[in-house]
Amino acid sequence: MQIIHEDLLAMVEAMPAFPQGVSKVLDLCSKADCSPKDLVSVVERDPVLAMRVLKLVNSPFIGLSQPISSISHGVAYVGMNTIKNIALTVAAIGMLPRENKANFDMDEFLQHSLGTAAVCKRMAGLKGVKETNSADYFLAGLLHDFGKVILVRQMPDQFSEALEEAQKKKLALDAAERMIYKIDHAEIGAVLAAHWALPEGLIRAIRYHHSAGDLSNPSLLEQIVMAGNLVVHRLGFGSSGNYYPAELPKSIIKNLGMNIDEIISAIGDTDSLFADAKAFAST
Amino acid sequence: MRFKFWGVRGSIATPGPKTVRYGGNTTCIEIRGASNELVILDAGTGIFQLGNTLAPEFPININIFLSHTHWDHIQGLPMFSPIFVPGNKITIHGAMDIVSQHSVKEVLSRQMEHAYFPVKETELAAELSYVDLQENDCIEFGETRVTNCLLNHPVLNFGYRVESAGKSLVFTGDHEWPYNIYDQTDPEYGAYQEIINARRQKIIDFFKDVDALIIDTSYDDIEYEQSKVGWGHGTFDKSIAAAKESSVKKCYLTHHEPTRSDDELEDLYFAALERNDISDSDPEFILAKEGVEFLA
Ligand SMILES: [Zn+2]
Ligand SMILES: [Zn+2]
Repeated sequence: MQIIHEDLLAMVEAMPAFPQGVSKVLDLCSKADCSPKDLVSVVERDPVLAMRVLKLVNSPFIGLSQPISSISHGVAYVGMNTIKNIALTVAAIGMLPRENKANFDMDEFLQHSLGTAAVCKRMAGLKGVKETNSADYFLAGLLHDFGKVILVRQMPDQFSEALEEAQKKKLALDAAERMIYKIDHAEIGAVLAAHWALPEGLIRAIRYHHSAGDLSNPSLLEQIVMAGNLVVHRLGFGSSGNYYPAELPKSIIKNLGMNIDEIISAIGDTDSLFADAKAFAST
Repeated sequence: MRFKFWGVRGSIATPGPKTVRYGGNTTCIEIRGASNELVILDAGTGIFQLGNTLAPEFPININIFLSHTHWDHIQGLPMFSPIFVPGNKITIHGAMDIVSQHSVKEVLSRQMEHAYFPVKETELAAELSYVDLQENDCIEFGETRVTNCLLNHPVLNFGYRVESAGKSLVFTGDHEWPYNIYDQTDPEYGAYQEIINARRQKIIDFFKDVDALIIDTSYDDIEYEQSKVGWGHGTFDKSIAAAKESSVKKCYLTHHEPTRSDDELEDLYFAALERNDISDSDPEFILAKEGVEFLA
């Protein structure tokens, strides 16, 4: 299926952000003393806003010599005002409607994305990733399911069929998707990210978040995003419409030195870890 | 390489008795390479006077590099006489607008829409072309080459490094040294500081060892801390520190704050030299002055 064609890209360009993100951006920017760090924290918590900023700052038109893989990194390179104007441009489009034809709960989805982001960042810390790079893990966790945002908007009938089939046949959602439309949300998200020239590591983390176990030499980011997603599923925080996710492959358990339960106990207090995600998603 | 300031004022032109010594036109710098090839940095109101001196060289080849497209850096362009004369070749280089995704050509043609200016962009007689620069592009003509570095301003702003026959010059356009947006107690502070440090180092490397550094020094440091953080401009102390760190030979302080009189400007300059303990081994610091030509 030729899924990424020009009109799909055009539709994605005009995609509004989550209501939570939009109202916070408008609120912050209406104040004369809009605080840069508050604005960054909104942009890096809304998958659509984050994706749009990454897309523009990595645009081949300006050809920055260094790929930008986190929002704060973007601020330091193209400046606060540019990020603010990008956020306002997206906010002006409107808001993603809470109701959709696929019957997909966007609030639950946002919680799932934010929860995965938080877990990935915490896991990166546990694996000794430097503070400077932990924002990359947060963002990869946030954006791993971006393909679903596309599906909900552009192919709601097929996506809802995949959701139903997965439930009925007790299949992993990505498997049901491939059964029905020969591609899954991981691949769709990755193709889009690649089309927008996002950093290679991020594209791969999105593409392999259900299949890092098949790679001969998966990166730490790919493995953490795959495991982080499953941790959030296990903890039942939010929902991504996937009720029968595949197990974490043995090879990844071995590489990380932890299975899902061990990761959960290493993470410690998940209430405080998710407090921020809850606060953002529930407004 | 020779260069001459045709405009040194920031933000808006400020003619009048209080600015007569340093000049009231907004940013424009004429550079002549080793074979007299002409490079113009920014097209503020100063470019009008420059244009009027070029007729003896027509038809002429002109390379204009715009640091960014704020008014004070482009406002002279519609009144730059060489654009009306057939035979002249003018190439305008600059950064696209990342927010609207408009090219330099699109951004500039708007200032020539009929509500703003009587002549349409398409009616200009000179051969005009536009180049959207990417970071690290290298443009060469004659013995001269121009490279760029993205600096920090509310819109994308390129600093330019011009090299010709062994001599070199950097012009920052408008630039505020990036600062940490987090408080020291925030968990993000350290990681962000590392990004900022790396960014600063990249800029210092871009300035490294040039014969002339022309740098945005709009504000006094106290006035900056009090009310100008985030406005996208430099200060005396920050410019001096950067010039020392990058071992430039001479440093020209420019983009003078528009409400500043000549006397106030000099007072701030003398105080900054004093405060920063300038000695023999340091670069020479000079207030950029309209109409004055220098050798790099
Ligand atoms: Zn300016
Ligand atoms: Zn400016």
